[in-house]
Amino acid sequence: MPGITREEVAHLARLARLELKDEELDHFAGQLDDIIGAVARVSEVAGQDVPPTSHPLPLTNVMRPDEVRPSLTPEQALSGAPAQEQQRFKVPQILGEE
Amino acid sequence: MTVTDLVPYEDALAAYDPVMGLEVHVELGTKTKMFCGCATTLGAEPNAQTCPTCLGLPGSLPVVNATGVESAIKIGLALNCTIADWCRFARKNYFYPDMPKNFQTSQYDEPIAFDGYLDVQLEDGEVFRVHIERAHMEEDTGKSTHIGGATGRIHGARHSLLDYNRAGIPLIEIVTKPIVGAGERAPEVAKAYVAELRELIKALGVSEARMEMGQMRCDVNLSLMPKGTEEFGTRSETKNVNSLRSVERAARFEIQRHAAVLSSGGKIVQETRHFHEDDGSTTPGRIKEEAEDYRYFPEPDLVPVAPSREWVEELRAGLPELPRVRRNRLREEWGVSELDMQAILNAGAVDLIVATTDAGADAASARKWWMGELARRANEDGVELGALPITPEQVARVAALVADGSLNDKLARQVIEGVLAGEGDPDTVVEKRGLKVVSDEGALGTAVDEAIAANAAIADKIRGGKVAAAGALVGAVMKATRGQADAARVRELILEKLGVEG
Repeated sequence: MPGITREEVAHLARLARLELKDEELDHFAGQLDDIIGAVARVSEVAGQDVPPTSHPLPLTNVMRPDEVRPSLTPEQALSGAPAQEQQRFKVPQILGEE
Repeated sequence: MTVTDLVPYEDALAAYDPVMGLEVHVELGTKTKMFCGCATTLGAEPNAQTCPTCLGLPGSLPVVNATGVESAIKIGLALNCTIADWCRFARKNYFYPDMPKNFQTSQYDEPIAFDGYLDVQLEDGEVFRVHIERAHMEEDTGKSTHIGGATGRIHGARHSLLDYNRAGIPLIEIVTKPIVGAGERAPEVAKAYVAELRELIKALGVSEARMEMGQMRCDVNLSLMPKGTEEFGTRSETKNVNSLRSVERAARFEIQRHAAVLSSGGKIVQETRHFHEDDGSTTPGRIKEEAEDYRYFPEPDLVPVAPSREWVEELRAGLPELPRVRRNRLREEWGVSELDMQAILNAGAVDLIVATTDAGADAASARKWWMGELARRANEDGVELGALPITPEQVARVAALVADGSLNDKLARQVIEGVLAGEGDPDTVVEKRGLKVVSDEGALGTAVDEAIAANAAIADKIRGGKVAAAGALVGAVMKATRGQADAARVRELILEKLGVEG
């Protein structure tokens, strides 16, 4: 029986650094379980002869030659950064006090 | 800071068998990144080599670097791996700002190369086969600078700064199968494996594999099992061990640490550990179980890589002679022992000696100069042998001057000294310093006569049959000619003049 538990949703939320309230966890756990259940029905239809698909196009080996193309300037690269310092992206503290 | 308990190495090995796994990341030397056309030039100013793709901006799409795939296949083939006929990339999701996409494009259950081996030779010549689990393609992360903490550490930092120039540079991760049965030689095997892998990568021309530049990085996974049992213990993963010596030290330290924990009834915690170059110890990092939830899934923005068998065979046919095979061939050609060859390898002299013999010197003199005078100088100056300001061609020229009798060894050393001091090529140094063997028989004869006259007692001994005493007179003549005489010829002249058979 596929599905997702409330604990699993809480775990995923933590991995994605999403702060969910208890009632949100209840709400999303129910919804996600429904969605997974719906998607799981695909595997009831697909037989052994149908290979899993990760890409809708029947393409392989799309490669580019190892040739340099222009990059953005540092100013352009940093233009969307909420904060910057020393021409670098500035991010909040990564590890809290331990 | 707590002191880590250690058990003496011999005691640890008497009670336990070590099991190792080595993960090596190699940064490829491609001109561009793995999934976009940004340059990979070292030393660029911060964030000058980024684009919407490697910054993970919405709407951008990656396309894989053909040379990156080719390099991965070459490495796989050189490691005797099977090359996948179809494989995909996968997203490795994690929450850390060194990847602006919030995932690393990697490969998960479909590596491009798998099931191989690498034979490594230990210092005494014993060959140990290390089995390879897989080699897969992925990308490097950006560079973080932590601000506000002690000595740039992430702990205690107020905030961090990110330079994404390195984010997206192609990496090949090479993972061994568990290495069992190496016993007390496990640390030595680890070092020899990484050394051999580095030689291999360099020979393939896919990376310079300079560990001090971070172009090759090693994680050492280690566990112990009580002797006589076969179930692996819990492992620790020591990250970013970045020199050959450190690989050996890290393995040794972990063996001693694990043994101390286990023999006192404790349990090994599965965790990543940091290696400290200064004292060779490791300290705990994050607990692994929390971090390992990467939620891999197939990368929908990249299509599968399906290398044709023709391409794979073409690359196989173009592989260079493998380093160990080449070293053994050269060892036989040069007529040196395993131990001498190991010393030559450790000194970084193999290619220099080859280049010197290519320039016309015989192997014995090429080896003599590089492993003698020049190795000594490199050691004194604290530089790599290849970084000395003398070329193999110049060394070959010195050897040629010795061979034709223009220089003796003492003068040759002065010529080399002159070349290293920037006085020009060997012939210029000979000319400028006036370093020529005195071959004027008249002048040499006079010097010999004077030496005999000044050392009558020794001369008598020689006349009386003590030929060995001639050395003292040879020394006197060499001194008088300031070393510029051919010692063998001087000895001949002395014996001749004293009427003694040599």
